[in-house]
Amino acid sequence: MTTSAPRDAAAPLTLALRDVAKSFGAVQALKSGTLEVAPGSIHALVGENGAGKSTLVKIIAGVHRRDAGVFELLGDAVDFGSTAESKAAGVAVIYQEPTLFPDLSVAENIFMGRQPLGRGRRIDRARMHADSEALFARLGVSLDPRREARGLSIADQQIIEIAKAISLDAALLVMDEPTAALSGVEVQRLFAVARSLRDEGRALVFISHRFDEVFDLCDTVTVMRDGAYVSTSRVAETTESEIVSRMVGREVAELFPKTAATIGDVVLDVQGLSAAGEFHDISFQVRSGEIVGLAGLVGAGRSEIARAIFGVDAYDEGSVSVDGRPIAARRPRRAIRAGIAFVPEDRRQQGLVIEGSVARNIASIIRRRLSLGGLLTSRAENRAAAPWASTLQVKTSALDMRAATMSGGNQQKVVLAKWLATEPRLLIIDEPTRGIDVGTKSEVHRLLSDLAGEGLAILMISSELPEVLGMADRVLVVCEGRITADIPREEATPELVMAAATRSAATTPPAPTASSDKEPVA
Amino acid sequence: MTTLAPTRPTESAGVRVLRTVLRSRELAIVIVLVAIVLFATARRSSFVFSADGWRDTLLAPSILLVLAVGQMVVVVTRNVDLSIGSTLGISAYVVGKIFVANPDTSVFVVFAAGIAVGAVVGAINGLLVTVFNVPSLVITLGMMYVLRGALTHEVGSERINAQDFPAHFEKLGTQQVLTIPVLTIIALVVVAVVGYYLHTARGGRELYAIGSDPDAAVLYGLPAARRVFGAFVLCGALAGLAGVFSTARYATAFSGTGKDIELQAVAAVVIGGVAIFGGSGTVWGAAIGAFLLVTINRALPILGISEFWQGAVVGLLIIGSIVLDRVLSIRRQHRLLEARDHA
Amino acid sequence: MSTQTDGSAGAPARTYSSYSRNVALRVLMTREMAIVVALVVVYLYALGNIQFFDGPLTLFNLSKEYAPILMMALPMTLIIITGEIDLSVASTLGVSAAVTGVLVIEHDLSVPTAAVLAVVVGAVLGALNGFFVAYVGLPSLAVTIGTLALYRGLAEGLIQDKRIAGFPDTWQDWPTERIGETQYPNIVIPVVVLVVVFAVLLHFTTFGRGVFEIGLSDEAAHFSGVNVARTKLVLFTLSGAVAALAGVYVALKANSVATDTGAGFELKVIAGVLLGGVSIFGGRGALHGVVAGVLLIAVLNSALQLDGQGSEVIQIIIGLLLVGSVIASSNLSRVRALLPRRAVKTAARSTTTPPTPTPGDDTRKVVQ
Repeated sequence: MTTSAPRDAAAPLTLALRDVAKSFGAVQALKSGTLEVAPGSIHALVGENGAGKSTLVKIIAGVHRRDAGVFELLGDAVDFGSTAESKAAGVAVIYQEPTLFPDLSVAENIFMGRQPLGRGRRIDRARMHADSEALFARLGVSLDPRREARGLSIADQQIIEIAKAISLDAALLVMDEPTAALSGVEVQRLFAVARSLRDEGRALVFISHRFDEVFDLCDTVTVMRDGAYVSTSRVAETTESEIVSRMVGREVAELFPKTAATIGDVVLDVQGLSAAGEFHDISFQVRSGEIVGLAGLVGAGRSEIARAIFGVDAYDEGSVSVDGRPIAARRPRRAIRAGIAFVPEDRRQQGLVIEGSVARNIASIIRRRLSLGGLLTSRAENRAAAPWASTLQVKTSALDMRAATMSGGNQQKVVLAKWLATEPRLLIIDEPTRGIDVGTKSEVHRLLSDLAGEGLAILMISSELPEVLGMADRVLVVCEGRITADIPREEATPELVMAAATRSAATTPPAPTASSDKEPVA
Repeated sequence: MTTLAPTRPTESAGVRVLRTVLRSRELAIVIVLVAIVLFATARRSSFVFSADGWRDTLLAPSILLVLAVGQMVVVVTRNVDLSIGSTLGISAYVVGKIFVANPDTSVFVVFAAGIAVGAVVGAINGLLVTVFNVPSLVITLGMMYVLRGALTHEVGSERINAQDFPAHFEKLGTQQVLTIPVLTIIALVVVAVVGYYLHTARGGRELYAIGSDPDAAVLYGLPAARRVFGAFVLCGALAGLAGVFSTARYATAFSGTGKDIELQAVAAVVIGGVAIFGGSGTVWGAAIGAFLLVTINRALPILGISEFWQGAVVGLLIIGSIVLDRVLSIRRQHRLLEARDHA
Repeated sequence: MSTQTDGSAGAPARTYSSYSRNVALRVLMTREMAIVVALVVVYLYALGNIQFFDGPLTLFNLSKEYAPILMMALPMTLIIITGEIDLSVASTLGVSAAVTGVLVIEHDLSVPTAAVLAVVVGAVLGALNGFFVAYVGLPSLAVTIGTLALYRGLAEGLIQDKRIAGFPDTWQDWPTERIGETQYPNIVIPVVVLVVVFAVLLHFTTFGRGVFEIGLSDEAAHFSGVNVARTKLVLFTLSGAVAALAGVYVALKANSVATDTGAGFELKVIAGVLLGGVSIFGGRGALHGVVAGVLLIAVLNSALQLDGQGSEVIQIIIGLLLVGSVIASSNLSRVRALLPRRAVKTAARSTTTPPTPTPGDDTRKVVQ
């Protein structure tokens, strides 16, 4: 472990967390979180998914109470029991997921609970709208403060979260992956604001998976791994590969074991797929044994395309066929029968019945086959589920354990088990390794590679560029609902993919330059 | 993806208010209400243009008006209170008992007592819902049984009748100021005060936020439990007030007072365009919904629809309202999606 | 997370036990069993302490009165497990009773024909609810408050001020005649058949699995190919049909039909279902618990009646049970979390650094 954060001896640290621990039931999400942030600095917090960053953020925000450890704000010991307390103490947090009130106006979302008051403690709406517009001007965006928040794009929602946090005038601003859905221009605007806040003497914590952003913006960087503190160092005195190796605890090159596979006939054929407001004129093919990566920014429409192909969402025009046979729209069951398997992005909401048992989840698609004379027993489900759990090395003590009690990696294995049990022709997998630990991550990659080797067609959506570049035989880049590039494996470079991902439909692709390249999210 | 929306031409506040009113969901029910009153009056002018008709048109909805306001405040937080009928019954009985014990009791004391009884019941509901974090539908359903049972147990077949009430209180039930019944004036004041609070006070807006997304409200640091508790207390207190209204208007209180009125209050709220899962709607809407519900019942026989089909018409009205809300929201969603394409 | 299990090609096949708790705990430590025990305790207490409770009429009357409640509670259980609710059942019952009465007494149809037509009408009314909920996407609470008024209005419109009474003797008597020498009326037979049918449907079919999945997460169910809308439509249709069947029975039993036949039953039905351990949020519940819940209300009712208590006392008790049971069940999970389980090793994150996988270990075949 390296030295702790450099600090100015005179001023107290804005934030000091030392050896903070937090468990949820049997799961210890945080073992020894340590983070020291000096005023007037921007501090990066990096680590793999599941390293405990978000838990740490939620302790700072007062969402969770720590089990052990030191927590000081501006030199005073604090113990927040609610987000209201942390807010009152001068902490502003931008969460990973926007948390807006869809029925209320944009301005009210920013100022809820502290709206400017006029005479008779009456909310001064005119001033509230003017204040909102001033905030948007500072962020360089134009949003109508009067419109309701329902129906905003993810990027706009994130902008509102940022405006909300800035307006709090906080001593400490924590940003948990604020740039995931933003375009390059918006990111630069955000950074300008962040720097001006730093120059005012505030402290900022910045969580990101994009290292170029960390190096561009931050002064110091703290690395976490497996719920524990690893190191803190000055950004200027470290390198990207140093940070990465601390994050994962080994060399990265081993993460993507892609073996060559014979590429066969067309399995999935998508022609002219369009849905208003989501995506337009999407055409592509996936062949047997081929892994096709769908890259792009969060919110570009990649997941929407996948959902439309599988039939959980509607589309307006176009056609989808598997092995040359067309698939009816909006009929997931037909898609399953045609051989499509779909591992969705949101494991907890869509991939699994999270409160259901391991056995019922694994058997959930094939259970029709398991029933005898219309009767289905738990025994039959357990018997069918056990071999698949074993094949995928699902770690659970019993098949009736709720999926909710398992780690993210194990949950993903259950989702894969449930789909592989259907013996599919095509696997659509959205963010295959999001929120799962490093070990399982490589297991999943190896599994995908093996499956392709056996002739399965795979359509993989991923926001982790190294994953896409390491795994995919061909990379399709989606930008604002359109496919903007189709790059074969040999030619795929981060620069090329990023250029296609951030190109707006109207403009010509910008030449990739060193400063404006952004990894598409994580 | 881009956040650059076309800059809108600035418009004056007056134009904006007018457009809001014209586009509002409330206007739709006002039109239905006005149409019904016009038709009924055209058929029989005494529906409005007679001393009694005028008074009844205004007076009849006053009880449901007060209940609907209370229910709306609870519904907007994504809760519901099914116990208000029982609360009304208890309040009415307490009012009756006070007068039986001392006929000279001041009207103000009686109002205060009725409201206080209701507020206590509301506080119990609110505590159970917020402390134990259990669904209000079940809690208030249970409370409805418990309270009605307790009331019946206490009252038995006893009936407090007109002769038990002092004249000055009975008169209040029909008294008018400038031809407007006093009870209606009180109800309208309640509508105005609560509506004003929900629209312009921080606490009022927080109720909407809580109903719009309860989890986000907690994450945001809003005092969700306290606000929901407050909503239940207000709803209970207004049910208590409705109990006082009921005794003043009908000069009677018995074990069945206010039975089944809770569903009417929920219906009024739904007809008024308040989303049953919280977050949107206005007190004005709920009030107009209550007005419409009561008026339609009075008007149907005049419009030539047999009184036996009244229930069915009310049911159609409720279904029609929520279907309308759904259609409007789908259309809005489409507009938003298309706007995103053209952005 | 340790990866020691994937170390070599042909990793050892893991074996899994099917259950984390032994049979006794699994069966006994449930919400349903608590209600069954409560039912037995109350029944035994009443037998010993309440005069005439052991008489021949007690079970007979109890079955007669609570048969329609129990019938309607069966589809209601499935509906609540999907996270919806049907407040209109008692009004559907009213329409069905009115249809039966009007057809038999005013139009001289035979009782079976009228009953079939009434059940069809009930199914249509239920399907209408289902259509609004499943295909228009309206909240069932609001829809069925609307149809509660609408269907009751239909019943009132059908009956108006007519006196509907006097069914043919044979049909009027059948439901309430005793089965042979037993203490039970004939209506118990169809009720038992329905209980079995719904128990199988909920617990032993793919349809039932879908019902639970929808309740736990309708999005996840949709993503697994469950037809969420059709499932809900089927359930509301069943609810309407069964309520209509109960309506035919209630009309025959009373030998007359009034505009308020069955009014207020919906709350008793829902109280029974929730008391039986079904979660109002959906996803959890079992049919034996619901049967026990309804019977508990029935036994309490007749015991208190025999004890000379008014109907309001049973009302208070139902209310308290309802409030108590939701509070208990929402806090039971916290209590259960403290009970011993087999060690959950998988859940705890390993503290060691993940070992580097050796190259060449990716030969393990995953798909057979």
